[in-house]
Amino acid sequence: MSIRGKAFIAGAYEHPGRELPDHSIPRIHAEVALGALADAGLTLVDVDAYFCAADAPGLGGLAMADYLGLRVRYTDSSDMGGSVYLSHVGHAAAAIAAGKCSVALITLGGRPRTTSLRAPGQLMGAPPEAGFEPVFGLNVSAVYALAAARHMYRYGTTSEQLAEIKVAASLHAQHNENALLRKPVTVEQVVSSPMVSSPLHRLDCCVVTDGGGALVLVNEDIARGLDRRCVKVLGHGEAIEHSHGGWQDITVTGAVRSGRDAFDEARVTPADVDYVGLYDSFTVTALLAIEDLGFCAKGEGGRFVLDGALQAPHGVLPFNTDGGSLCNNHPANRGGMTKIIEAVRQVRGEAHPAVQVPGCEIALAHGTGGWLTTRMGNATVILGREDA
Amino acid sequence: MTLPAPVPDITPETETFWKATATGRLLIQRCAECERCVWYPRFLCPACHSTDLLWTEASGRGTVHSATVTSRGILDYKDAGSYVLALVELDEGPKMLTNVVECDPAEVFIGQRVEVVFHDTGAGVALPRFRPVTEAVAIPGA
Ligand SMILES: [Zn+2]
Repeated sequence: MSIRGKAFIAGAYEHPGRELPDHSIPRIHAEVALGALADAGLTLVDVDAYFCAADAPGLGGLAMADYLGLRVRYTDSSDMGGSVYLSHVGHAAAAIAAGKCSVALITLGGRPRTTSLRAPGQLMGAPPEAGFEPVFGLNVSAVYALAAARHMYRYGTTSEQLAEIKVAASLHAQHNENALLRKPVTVEQVVSSPMVSSPLHRLDCCVVTDGGGALVLVNEDIARGLDRRCVKVLGHGEAIEHSHGGWQDITVTGAVRSGRDAFDEARVTPADVDYVGLYDSFTVTALLAIEDLGFCAKGEGGRFVLDGALQAPHGVLPFNTDGGSLCNNHPANRGGMTKIIEAVRQVRGEAHPAVQVPGCEIALAHGTGGWLTTRMGNATVILGREDA
Repeated sequence: MTLPAPVPDITPETETFWKATATGRLLIQRCAECERCVWYPRFLCPACHSTDLLWTEASGRGTVHSATVTSRGILDYKDAGSYVLALVELDEGPKMLTNVVECDPAEVFIGQRVEVVFHDTGAGVALPRFRPVTEAVAIPGA
């Protein structure tokens, strides 16, 4: 069985806030739920399936279903860090395809900008590696930096090449009035910004923002009855990649597997993709995804991103036209939701006119959750027009 | 600057490893089935899923597989300033996260030969860190 063409994204909503000190986290979930449902022309009463990650307040989806007053017959609160929302799109589409539900709501909300950061890996109590990583001062930017340094060593990738990814995101963000950072930056500015974890500079890192987003998926019958243009889910893939007992290749992500499964299910190839939403917690995160999803050969990412390749609307691979996590938004330290939302805007033809990809028919959104070098969640979703 | 030496989380699975650090020995597990060495210590081999893992004393020598000078420490490292987080490939094969110490952080490089040193946590166990191997340093057992 395949989910191809069985489910449609009818609603997508990104919270306009980037600093929300007076919002409770449940309220953020509620606001984005209402936003996505309004976008779809549906209400909370229509929802029969609810998806959130393990960071949502309460046990699984129980507290949020209670808070929102949902009548839920299907739920999933699995977690893969920020990539999980792409995974949830796949899970919701599978549930819809199996007739388990007809209107699935996925929400994200959080406030890392106005509350203190949680330590990595401390979400659910001590994981098995707990004795062997924090004691050496592991931090998020450092494990991404280890992958970047090794990629540079092995393939000759440069800081200037990584900077091109930030430059493209910043050129896009200038058109997004909600983006946290709207000012275009140059390669020179990126590589001369303070070093955070070598070789990653401050401007290689994404923003920290409060906020959230939500999606509504529906079955074909409901999609047909809605006035709103829906986006068809064509394929999905996911993979956990990890340290293999210490034998891992830290320059390779699970996008190799999640991407292959998504392309196979969608029955398209990288050459068919008009727009990509790539997880960009750091510039290197996007670079590895470009290679591992097959948009260029392994090790060629640094050269691939030159010459405005990622810049919309006319680059060879327009990416993150909302400004991405590097400039626009990374709500709750989880950038997967906004990658799908902007991909939906692109396929609907509703991105900002300055960055709308002409004739955008096929979009790919990809998430990399958790940590490079140690263990990561990877999820890929391929979207097409309603009539695709 | 001296790096913090926080006390690790010790579980029944990792107790043998940590006890050995008190006497300056780096133990790793080797799988009796597939003969791979495994890092970090655990109940079963993640490669072949055998539960027949044997403790063995590692040489304590390795090569820097990747390294970063980070100034974004959290928790116990919040005030640690700049320090080297490295992935060291042990001569036995597996790679472990650790620190490279006793040198200028800027001079750590991929491919550099390193050897283990133990930093006492003050709680009866020590953290295995690595320092560059130089001609001037006598290597115990070498
Ligand atoms: Zn084995």
